[in-house]
Amino acid sequence: MTAYLRRLLFFLALALIATFSVLPFLWFIATSLKTQVEVTAIPPTLLPSFSLAFYRSALDDYHLLHYLKNSVIVAGAATVGTIAISLFAGYALARLPLRHKPLIMGSLLVVAMFPQISIAGPVWQILAALDWLNSYQGLILPYITLSLPLGVWIMTGFFRELPRELEDAARVDGCSHLQTLFRVIVPLAAPGVFTAAILVFIYAWNEFFFALLIMTQRPYQTLPVGIALFQGQYTIPWGEIAAASTIATIPLVLLVLLFQRRIVRGLSAGAIKG
Amino acid sequence: MTILTRNMHGLSPRRRRERLFAAALLFPCFAFVALFAFYPIVHSLYLSLHRIILGLPGLAQPFVYLENYRQLWGDSVARHALTNTILFVAVSTTCELFLGLAMALTINRSFRGRGLIRAAVLIPWAIPTVVASQMWRFINNDHYGFLNYLLFGNDLASYQAWLADPSFAMVAIMVADIWKTSAFAALIILAGLQTIPDELYEAARLDGATAWQQFARITLPLIKPALLIALLFRTMDAFRVFDLVFVMTQGGPADATNVLQFYGYKKMFAEGLLGYGATVSVLVFLIVLGLSLVYVRFLGGEMREEKP
Repeated sequence: MTAYLRRLLFFLALALIATFSVLPFLWFIATSLKTQVEVTAIPPTLLPSFSLAFYRSALDDYHLLHYLKNSVIVAGAATVGTIAISLFAGYALARLPLRHKPLIMGSLLVVAMFPQISIAGPVWQILAALDWLNSYQGLILPYITLSLPLGVWIMTGFFRELPRELEDAARVDGCSHLQTLFRVIVPLAAPGVFTAAILVFIYAWNEFFFALLIMTQRPYQTLPVGIALFQGQYTIPWGEIAAASTIATIPLVLLVLLFQRRIVRGLSAGAIKG
Repeated sequence: MTILTRNMHGLSPRRRRERLFAAALLFPCFAFVALFAFYPIVHSLYLSLHRIILGLPGLAQPFVYLENYRQLWGDSVARHALTNTILFVAVSTTCELFLGLAMALTINRSFRGRGLIRAAVLIPWAIPTVVASQMWRFINNDHYGFLNYLLFGNDLASYQAWLADPSFAMVAIMVADIWKTSAFAALIILAGLQTIPDELYEAARLDGATAWQQFARITLPLIKPALLIALLFRTMDAFRVFDLVFVMTQGGPADATNVLQFYGYKKMFAEGLLGYGATVSVLVFLIVLGLSLVYVRFLGGEMREEKP
């Protein structure tokens, strides 16, 4: 009896967790599939009529595709850049003789904790001086910088766990360090590379503060900036905001569903082992 | 790179070359961090000692000693933003840790569909903060927000404009933050829980320990590092709260939700007071640096104790 009760309580707790996590956003998705009348109805319409009117309007009137394109370019380039740089840095930190390794890792951690505001002014000035405000590279470069700590920590952790014998064998066979890195280490560390890439992509896709500062003109703005600044002529266009939000979130939900194991491991590896 | 032959092993030029190679591999990382993170921090300090107004390039940018800091000390809005930030950090981080612990303890069992629950928990974490902010702004809406319906049903006359209410707006932002980031705390704590071997619990059960004793004597001490790390990450992250405030309230009503990062942003980029805004940013940086040093010391000691 008590065992039965305990099981019931356990599943109740699980249901509560799932509801708490997912329900608010499901509500927002439902909103995106409603008609204008349904959005403002009281009592609220629970089941939407699956109208795509808000999606059409978000695409036609609110330049959704434009924001989407910019987000793909910026987040994609930032991910590739960060991963390339962290591969080199992580290999050096995990395998090569270097002084002050703890100091280097520590300073990277400090960078990860910077409040964005504490670097915002000078970063803005640098980009203004280069005439890179409202340019893709103007946003990609700060993104690479701010996601490097995460990338380097994850890569270093993965490299450290690889058996040294494989590298030694490659070296004995006459491979240079660079050849060893690309022919032996990178293929083995592919899961780590992939984990880091997912996390960096999510960061860059979601980032808002710098995107807001640097991209002041619509042609270059990313999805978060677009969604934050959606404004109708007289009212707040909730339906369109919900539609754009759903579009912005779908890639992330897919990543989470497909790679949740990796994401969890990546998030906790840096934290626990660090 | 020259291919190393076997007979070069153990030679010191090889070692020197390895060092050089390592430095070369680290250089891109170093260049980015130096240019876009460390230089800006130092330059913020320089800016904070000057009066610089954006949009008025003709104006001189005089060195004003500590004038900006003196002004900041007497700035009542900045003080308000500071107390708001501290309140936000304290309340939301505490709630997130407790909620995260509860979630982690629940999920840390084997049951069917565990992967699905874990994915569900990850979703708030993955959603862009701007999207979460718009979502909670909609839920708090005064005419057709779900919160009003939940509380008052069809009684339209009682509907409240929650985000326009100075005593509630901050609560709404905290709720949104707790919803979005408890999952992160839960995952870190879960990773800690999974390192505890089952044998410990079995032994405790054999010795007749109650569930509470098992939790207090085994679970809690062993996940302390994970808890501390979750606390560290959440505190630092909560200190830079910006997106939620920008989207949900713009710091209002009457500065009730104005936080330091938002205040600094407004000074710099809305009012163009680059020097004064930099002063705010130096303050935020010092607070976060001080806090992280305390945590790292605490954590470092904790870790050293753990290791045999």
